[in-house]
Amino acid sequence: MAETIKLEIFRYRPEKESEPTFLTYEVPFLEDWVVLDAINHIKDEIDGTLSYRWSCQMGVCGSCGVMINGVPKLSCAAFLKDYYPDKIRVEPLTGFPVERDLISQIDDFMTKLTKIQPYIIRKRGEEKPLDEGEYLQTPAELARFKPYSMCINCMLCYAACPVYALDSTFIGPAAIALGQRYNMDSRDHGRSARQELIASHEGIWECTFVGECSAVCPKDVDPAAAIQRAKVSSTVDWFKDVLIPWGKKK
Amino acid sequence: MITNHDIVMIGGGGAGLRAAIAIAETNPNLSIAVVSKVYPMRSHTVAAEGGAAAVIKDNDSLENHIHDTIAGGDWMCDQDAVEYFVNEAPREMIQMEHWGCPWSRDLDGTVAVRPFGGMKNERTWFAADKTGFHMLHTLFQTSLKHNNITRYDEWFATKILVENGRCQGVTAIELRSGKIETIAGKATIMCTGGAGRIFPFTTNGAIKTGDGMAMAYRAGVPLKDMEFIQYHPTGLPGTGILITEAARGEGGIMLNKDGYRYLQDYDLGKPLDIDDPSHPVKKSMELGPRDRLSQAFVAEREKERTVPGSYGHVVHLDIRHLGEKKIDKKLPFVRELSKNYAGIDPVYEPIPVRPVVHYMMGGIDTDINGATSLPGLYAAGECACVSINGANRLGSNSLTELLVFGGRAGKAAARFALDAPQLDKDSLELQTADEQNRIIRNFFRRERGTERIFSLRKEMNETMETSAGIYRSEKSLKETCDKIKELKDRFVNIVLEDKSLNFNTELTSALELEFMLDVAEAIAYSALERTESRGSHQRSDFPERDDKNFLKHSMAYQTNTKPRIDYKDVVITKWPPGERVYGK
Repeated sequence: MAETIKLEIFRYRPEKESEPTFLTYEVPFLEDWVVLDAINHIKDEIDGTLSYRWSCQMGVCGSCGVMINGVPKLSCAAFLKDYYPDKIRVEPLTGFPVERDLISQIDDFMTKLTKIQPYIIRKRGEEKPLDEGEYLQTPAELARFKPYSMCINCMLCYAACPVYALDSTFIGPAAIALGQRYNMDSRDHGRSARQELIASHEGIWECTFVGECSAVCPKDVDPAAAIQRAKVSSTVDWFKDVLIPWGKKK
Repeated sequence: MITNHDIVMIGGGGAGLRAAIAIAETNPNLSIAVVSKVYPMRSHTVAAEGGAAAVIKDNDSLENHIHDTIAGGDWMCDQDAVEYFVNEAPREMIQMEHWGCPWSRDLDGTVAVRPFGGMKNERTWFAADKTGFHMLHTLFQTSLKHNNITRYDEWFATKILVENGRCQGVTAIELRSGKIETIAGKATIMCTGGAGRIFPFTTNGAIKTGDGMAMAYRAGVPLKDMEFIQYHPTGLPGTGILITEAARGEGGIMLNKDGYRYLQDYDLGKPLDIDDPSHPVKKSMELGPRDRLSQAFVAEREKERTVPGSYGHVVHLDIRHLGEKKIDKKLPFVRELSKNYAGIDPVYEPIPVRPVVHYMMGGIDTDINGATSLPGLYAAGECACVSINGANRLGSNSLTELLVFGGRAGKAAARFALDAPQLDKDSLELQTADEQNRIIRNFFRRERGTERIFSLRKEMNETMETSAGIYRSEKSLKETCDKIKELKDRFVNIVLEDKSLNFNTELTSALELEFMLDVAEAIAYSALERTESRGSHQRSDFPERDDKNFLKHSMAYQTNTKPRIDYKDVVITKWPPGERVYGK
């Protein structure tokens, strides 16, 4: 008989069950399968009632984040062979309410994403007309913010964040990284508008720079560095505001 | 329940978001809805890699972009649409730049471009090799500025509502609750993307199931040029993950099992040495068009010069000579994907690739404004056929297309909405009640069903690949038509294990399969009726292009039995049909 592997999957259907349970499924073990392939096999051939999100299967759409043996991962990028022959435990991302089975509710993040104003803000009157072409930006200027623009909104960093786990009002790693992405873009003038939101909340000061968020990020965005940078910026802003108010010209 | 808007976008990918922003900017008082079965940033625009074409550099010209597009499309493109597209492209791309898209740059700070297949000059703008990802996130984040855009995230549209001879919105399922509701709009724009999931090996994500195409087809709108399916020559075996054409644009070469650059045997020019400063030569060899490269693979396979693998035969895409530094700078995602999903590092080993279904040139028939034959219904992006892609899309035109025609359809739909009469709300509510009953009856009440979604989907995938793939014939296509008919009959007996309302993904899979079967039917019959070979549609029994009879768009109409295929002339303005010349 061909080799198999067991997956222990978190099941919760709020219409039917008051408490979550774990169901164990046995699926074929293939050298090149990822956990998502195994979950799809379960859905197709064993249990059609299992619900989860997925789409691109190449680590860029950000849909398929789950906890795999307690670690936040994209199920399309976690290989069975890295766990075989042990059983794999799959759960929805921690820190979020569970919608059903492996699907978590990310409404809170979507609200925070909007609040951080993740778009180019130009000073009034300084918008370049389209007819005058592109804003010039050197490769070095691009490189300053490029890593922060790689976030796929997969939520793994929130699931890993010890501050967000205790205080869900914390704006959180991905949203701060995205704010920094625009703050550091040479075309943008919106830093002060965003800084207010980033600095106003205590969460940012509670972040201890343990760097759990950066460790789990599948795209090497390094949100922990973005948070540190935001703290430094906030301190400098405070210093400018309070101690040298005439220094605010910029 | 019914909610009303002026304009309703179905789909929140590149085209839907571009349309929404265009309306929000020009008409801040209009109420705009974006209905998407996934959160918009999950849309499949996200997976586009290589870039987006627009003339920007002094060595290029609009005329060159127009000619490359028309010749690449084997003269099936509507030339008025192509001309408009090429003229508008630079402005749309600069607009993306102003919105913050992180385009790769030259040292002087201007936007950088790279060559793609079938291009006389390099004109592909890129953000490393994650161009679609950056464009989608830029559009989505920019859309958050506008508070007259209401999002319906994770709402699954099931049906176009036609009342009084015009489209007045859709019925949609809120996935979280399972509620079926009316989202009414004076104008509706379909932006649901392609349908690659009809085929077994595809670069397309799970969500690309032709929903919008099928909904329009069911509402009596014709699907145009559905037989033209683009196989991308370089997908990873098994997963179908795309290895971007930019890998060849940067100098990657294609090798058969003997390490021979086989494309030289297929009228695509002679290879230059990889160290020659003129390599890669544009419109030649590895930079030939996608249809020709995919067809060359099949011929190599028949000559037994391909490499056997666990997911069928492959050839090799070799980028080793570019060196680690250049690969990491220009093609970092190619390296990441190859390492993760092919188990090789392309810095040291060639990448195994095979042709995989990538893009549908055909789609919902629209005019140059994105308007369909049904008043109030518009379409843009891959789900539409305007048509600028003809019989074979040129690489890097599709990202630009969703900007140009997303924007244009948005503005046209806004004008329509401003003049449209009031909505027939009571009738819409009745229609939604009917749709709700249909879904309950077909998927929840049926106790004796025996057919599994998975089996039907697999059989559909198999027949499409073997009989409606890169090469087709009357015999193979008739088999496919019969098979699709059989699968549609069996679909009636489908069984769902999941009878719950909350986030029932078994139900959505069933609805998606039903959409795909309709689209597959249109593809198979359109291909059967086109007895010529052109671009991506290759008939082994009719190997020549036949301009006399087939310089025409096929128009598939759904009927109670098999689809009816009509034809509409291709718009030829200044560029009479000629020979496609590559490698000269």
